[in-house]
Amino acid sequence: MTTASSADHPTRRDFLFVATGAAAAVGAAATVWPLVAQMNPDAATIAAGAPIQVDLTPIAEGQDIKVFWRGKPIYISHRTKKQIEEAQKVPLSSLPDPQPDSARVKSGHDQWLVVIGICTHLGCIPIAHEGNYDGFFCPCHGSQYDSSGRIRQGPAPANLAVPPYAFLSDTKIQIG
Amino acid sequence: MSGPSDFQPSNPALKWIERRLPIFGLIHSSFVAYPTPRNLNYWWTFGAILSMMLALQILTGVILAMHYTPHADLAFKSVELIVRDVNYGWLLRNMHAAGASMFFFAVYIHMFRGLYYGSYKEPREVLWILGVIIYLLMMATGFMGYVLPWGQMSFWGATVITNLFSAVPYFGESIVTLLWGGYSVGNPTLNRFFSLHYLLPFVIAGVVVLHIWALHVAGQNNPAGVEAKTEKDTVPFTPYATIKDAFGVACFLIFFAWFIFYMPNYLGDADNYIPANPGVTPAHIVPEWYYLPFYAILRSIPNKLAGVVAMFSAIIILCFLPWLDSARTRSSKYRPLAKQFFWIFVVVCIGLGYLGSQPPEGIYVIAGRILTVCYFAYFLIVLPLLARIETPRPVPNSIADDVLAKNKGRAATAASVVLALVLAGGLFAGSTQNAKAEEGGTTPPAQSWSFSGPFGKYDRGSLQRGLKVYKEVCSACHGLSYVAFRNLADAGGPGYSEAQAAAFASEYKIKDGPNDQGEMFERPGRPADYFPSPFPNEQAARAANGGAAPPDLSLITKARSYKRGFPQFVIDFFSQYQEQGPDYVDAILQGFEDKVPAGVTIPEGSYYNKYFPGHAIKMPKPLSDGQVTFDDGSPATVKQYAHDVTTFLMWAAEPHMEARKRIGMQVFVFLIIFAFLMYFTKRKVWADAH
Ligand code: FES
Repeated sequence: MTTASSADHPTRRDFLFVATGAAAAVGAAATVWPLVAQMNPDAATIAAGAPIQVDLTPIAEGQDIKVFWRGKPIYISHRTKKQIEEAQKVPLSSLPDPQPDSARVKSGHDQWLVVIGICTHLGCIPIAHEGNYDGFFCPCHGSQYDSSGRIRQGPAPANLAVPPYAFLSDTKIQIG
Repeated sequence: MSGPSDFQPSNPALKWIERRLPIFGLIHSSFVAYPTPRNLNYWWTFGAILSMMLALQILTGVILAMHYTPHADLAFKSVELIVRDVNYGWLLRNMHAAGASMFFFAVYIHMFRGLYYGSYKEPREVLWILGVIIYLLMMATGFMGYVLPWGQMSFWGATVITNLFSAVPYFGESIVTLLWGGYSVGNPTLNRFFSLHYLLPFVIAGVVVLHIWALHVAGQNNPAGVEAKTEKDTVPFTPYATIKDAFGVACFLIFFAWFIFYMPNYLGDADNYIPANPGVTPAHIVPEWYYLPFYAILRSIPNKLAGVVAMFSAIIILCFLPWLDSARTRSSKYRPLAKQFFWIFVVVCIGLGYLGSQPPEGIYVIAGRILTVCYFAYFLIVLPLLARIETPRPVPNSIADDVLAKNKGRAATAASVVLALVLAGGLFAGSTQNAKAEEGGTTPPAQSWSFSGPFGKYDRGSLQRGLKVYKEVCSACHGLSYVAFRNLADAGGPGYSEAQAAAFASEYKIKDGPNDQGEMFERPGRPADYFPSPFPNEQAARAANGGAAPPDLSLITKARSYKRGFPQFVIDFFSQYQEQGPDYVDAILQGFEDKVPAGVTIPEGSYYNKYFPGHAIKMPKPLSDGQVTFDDGSPATVKQYAHDVTTFLMWAAEPHMEARKRIGMQVFVFLIIFAFLMYFTKRKVWADAH
């Protein structure tokens, strides 16, 4: 029916239809944008994810604490001499995700390991001071991390992530 | 939908599905090949408009529910956070709130159209009754939705409407308790209303399917009111009706966008920006405009039970319309008397709507009673009588004849329909502007604001000075609890940098905790913190201020208003006047006078204010000349302070106003171009049919 007489003025007619269709498509796309964008974190959530400061003085050697930043648990471990040595000694070639210990701590602050406590397998929280490597053990599917938070055994593909952080002084760090 | 479709898809995959589930055939026969009368006018596009509105309400509603908290303590705040923090939250909320009004506006036109053209008559009785059921469901849904923001009108609207059921003899009280889930309207009520408000739209969608099904069985009525007989009387639904509906939808969207982007609070009530307070009833409880005619009927009957019965009967009577009006001629076009009475009835309904918004006293009550009688008389006396005594004009032989007869002057019809719609929209919406409780106050003078009108923007200097006034003066007693320090650096705000906002925040002491020892402690403010309130709780605020707690100022410019009156509110609709709140706040700040005029007594502990309702305000004169010094050399006068702090508070209440108006302009340009394209496309398509 629509094409019955379009042979008369094909160009003008087609142009109009294409223009209307294109305008409708643009309108639909512009409408969808806010409907999807609203799913992203809102301004209050983003503002609440600002950097946090953590005082390290109460953490004794061999102890660790868990703090939350952006809803994620962050392990801050005060490593013992033994743990540091173990972490530094491991041959990189034996690691599934090779990374030297020096790349995972801040130089001059070897005793402090700061990692995001989320298993790189499927997101469970590994338990500190457990497993065979003096580090972390994930109870969900048995991944084991060493005293540098590197994956040593189990299904997890990568080392525990190191969050962005900096030392403000010897006893204070800012995460984020 | 006449018998099984002979439609066959050519694609093998679709063919495979079609053999097992003939869905493409169903769609084809219902929405493509379906024969539609060729003489339908634009009033028939409201079916498509309503379908679109239902889909849009469900879509925006589902999204809002992702961010909303149905809890008596958190609901109001969560709505504010949607508007302030969620990406495009202000847009989605405005769409949903104005969308409810547009939905009702469209449904009223749809219903009046059915009434005028006799679309309820045999064989369309079931179709009509399904429509009445949809309308009832819409009313229930709209009412429960209005409760969800949990403002003053939400709360008291819920109280009043649920109490309607207490009129039921014997079981009244138990029914009301059952509805509330408590001894009064409270958190359980809010929770169940939320649940039902989410459910009912899907029930509506289900009944709409039945409605359309019934429509496709009986076929569409048409302006001539004669049934389609031959092929010549009809055109296929697609592309003819589809394209015409799409053009109607495009025009309706322009009307809708006017509210979303420029008049988001025009149809609302300022009181609903005050959080629900079970201890104080607003001076005038007014339902949303779409209930006003029935509210007027309720109030005009002095007996409780009779009033409630009358109100519900006013809706239920529509179900009996097919039998009350037994005239053989469908369309009022050919019924000279019925046509006149129809328009009288329209005026009666609008009149009832206006009366519903007025205080129930004096002339309004008497007028309400007269119109209530008229309303019922139309159905019970006029229509049955006309069916017997009226001599209708001859109807055309067929739809094709009707089309031939009026093929002249078509374009004029389209233009006049659009114009009539805009005017009717303005008037109808305008007639609903509520009487606000500002008796005894002098009308605040209209100020000129940089943020008024379609291109309005906040004056940055004014916002910064206003912030200074708030900080140095107002904040001693008034909180600003929905505004965070980070907002000071937001686009469309006072224009500070993030570093400046952080520095500003750090001057405040914020209570935080508990710490590892379990104690609360104070720390310097951060950008993410909100302005701290001067009092720890409402009781403390009350005790320190002679019994009147100073209100939080985050929403004050939207929570205050004054009566505009007729015809001002109609003009306001077209001039986009939305500044009652700022005018009022500014006037209050400047309205303190030492000399109390004769005849006004001000009680101990109150002060005379020219613009305050009743003139006795508990707040002492807050501002005096020279109190705050501005760095930019602006005059240190009360007039300047009042203007600046009001501008600042307007921003605090509506932080995304600039984005709203900017995007609004883009949407308008787009919609107007799109409507023109649709119009010409429609003409091209229909050129084949004429
Ligand atoms: S989540 Fe940790 S091992 Fe699977």
